[in-house]
Amino acid sequence: MSDLTRRTAAELADALASGETTSVEVTSAHLDRIAGVDHDLHSFLHVDAEGAISAARESDARRSAGKPASALDGVPIAVKDILTTIGMPTTCGSRILEGWVPPYDATVVSRLKAAGLPILGKTNMDEFAMGSSTEHSAYGPTHNPWDLDRIPGGSGGGSAAAVSSFEAPLAIGTDTGGSIRQPGAVTGTVGVKPTFGGVSRYGLVALANSLDQAGPVARTILDAALLHEVIGGHDPLDSTSIDQPLPPLVEAAREGTRQGAARDLSGLRIGVVKELGGDGYQAGVRARFDESVQLLVDAGASVVEVSCPHFVHALAAYYLILPSEASSNLAKFDAMRYGLRVWPEGIESPSAEEVMRASRDAGFGDEVKRRIILGTYALSSGYYDAYYGQAQKVRTLISRDFDAAFEQADVLVSPTAPTTAFKIGEKVDDPVSMYLNDIATIPANLAGVPGLSLPSGLADEDGLPTGFQILAPAMADDRLYRVGAALEAMLIHAWGGPLLARAPELAQKESVR
Amino acid sequence: MPDITREEVAHLADLARIDLSDAELDHLAPQLAVILDSIKSISEVAADDVPPTSHALPLTNVFREDVVRPGLTAEQALSGAPQVEQQRFSVPRILGEL
Repeated sequence: MSDLTRRTAAELADALASGETTSVEVTSAHLDRIAGVDHDLHSFLHVDAEGAISAARESDARRSAGKPASALDGVPIAVKDILTTIGMPTTCGSRILEGWVPPYDATVVSRLKAAGLPILGKTNMDEFAMGSSTEHSAYGPTHNPWDLDRIPGGSGGGSAAAVSSFEAPLAIGTDTGGSIRQPGAVTGTVGVKPTFGGVSRYGLVALANSLDQAGPVARTILDAALLHEVIGGHDPLDSTSIDQPLPPLVEAAREGTRQGAARDLSGLRIGVVKELGGDGYQAGVRARFDESVQLLVDAGASVVEVSCPHFVHALAAYYLILPSEASSNLAKFDAMRYGLRVWPEGIESPSAEEVMRASRDAGFGDEVKRRIILGTYALSSGYYDAYYGQAQKVRTLISRDFDAAFEQADVLVSPTAPTTAFKIGEKVDDPVSMYLNDIATIPANLAGVPGLSLPSGLADEDGLPTGFQILAPAMADDRLYRVGAALEAMLIHAWGGPLLARAPELAQKESVR
Repeated sequence: MPDITREEVAHLADLARIDLSDAELDHLAPQLAVILDSIKSISEVAADDVPPTSHALPLTNVFREDVVRPGLTAEQALSGAPQVEQQRFSVPRILGEL
């Protein structure tokens, strides 16, 4: 049975199509794996074994009738706990939504269901996606499968750990400043942040609505492309959804794999972003990045160094825009219509406002409080122009930097994260140091352009995974998959197998199911 | 730009409707000062003639046909409510003492 959990989503889809296995077998194998290893990892906040098996049965019936709903029909998936799901809790990693079961599905979730993917459960995350380590979850941290004392990245550490540890072949993440890509980098998995507006935000509980984007978490580029095509495309329920068809992503991934195998990337122009590298980056991260760039050069790609001078201000702009939007978005958690309601102590017949204050104090964790207060500050009169207004101007300058860079190169590349996974507890009470983890991923969110992270190897100094980031112009997500798949093919060839084959075995508890 | 004081943090928490305890204020106020210090360079970056960007892609208003569509039932809408009365959300008093 463990064999099935080691396969990629594309391999599982083939095995299901050929009748070699069934969705019930595949789904059960993953539920067993979760039961066996999740006590050490804590990737999941909620596991829906019954619902997943029931969906798998329906998938098998469709396959038997010769009417699969999609290529991925029957391949199970994990969903980050920030997307609403009928019949399953949606907590966003927060006490304020403990036990809340939404009455509607996010569009991403309804598309997964329509395509026949059984949902294994909901994955752990930093509270309301605020964090880079999953330590800010109110339900306890997720552990990195490569080293259980270390963080799996964040905010989507649960989704990345689940896919990295073979608990799920696929997962959904969301990326506001790097929350898909950075966890991918530190767990040795693939994560893609699509073009802003490329995947519906309907039912994605908003952190910063001008930056949030849901996307695929997978072990291979092809798997990510298969999932991206299921969840992407226009949705009339999201007013910022792009009303254009997606470029062909699976085709681009397959073509990239062929080009990588043939070592033929002639004509491809790659821009190395000068500002996303250098001294602040761990030596092993830089070494693996340079090797990957060299592989692309050896295959005939031309490499230019590009300068994006305003990227150095991206972090500051982000930490003004995000808290400002978050302070507004999180105002809806007011203890009136859903979520936690706490009656303040020592007040007889408290008012709605007093109940609201007590509930928000009890329901939100430290990082959420920090950012709400920061956002309230940045938006308050007297400071608005100096902070929020300036941050929005910097956003314009960053977009212009991207425009200029994409005139010189088809894709831009950088390390995904400045370091490998750090120890749990190391930065949890040092917000500024925590924020630096997203330094290379944030510019893409500010400009709305798509980005992908794939594993580039293990750092010499600690033996932990490093990530390689690829960025493309808006709506050119196909370039991520083409270049990503080519590099992936060359790296796997160089390594003699996928990177995850080198991850340590996890202690497996006897199946309790 | 001025540093953020403990009193200011207390005021902001009040505006954001979060009851912070004294211990939380002691903990959060210095952290916020450090965060603000790390981002204050932003005020010197952009010239006056740079237009602000609120969204990465240009937004246009989106309309749909004005037709009846199914929505949530009252039961569904109330399913997560802390307290329900007569098919309504039941909330604490919203006016001053009578």
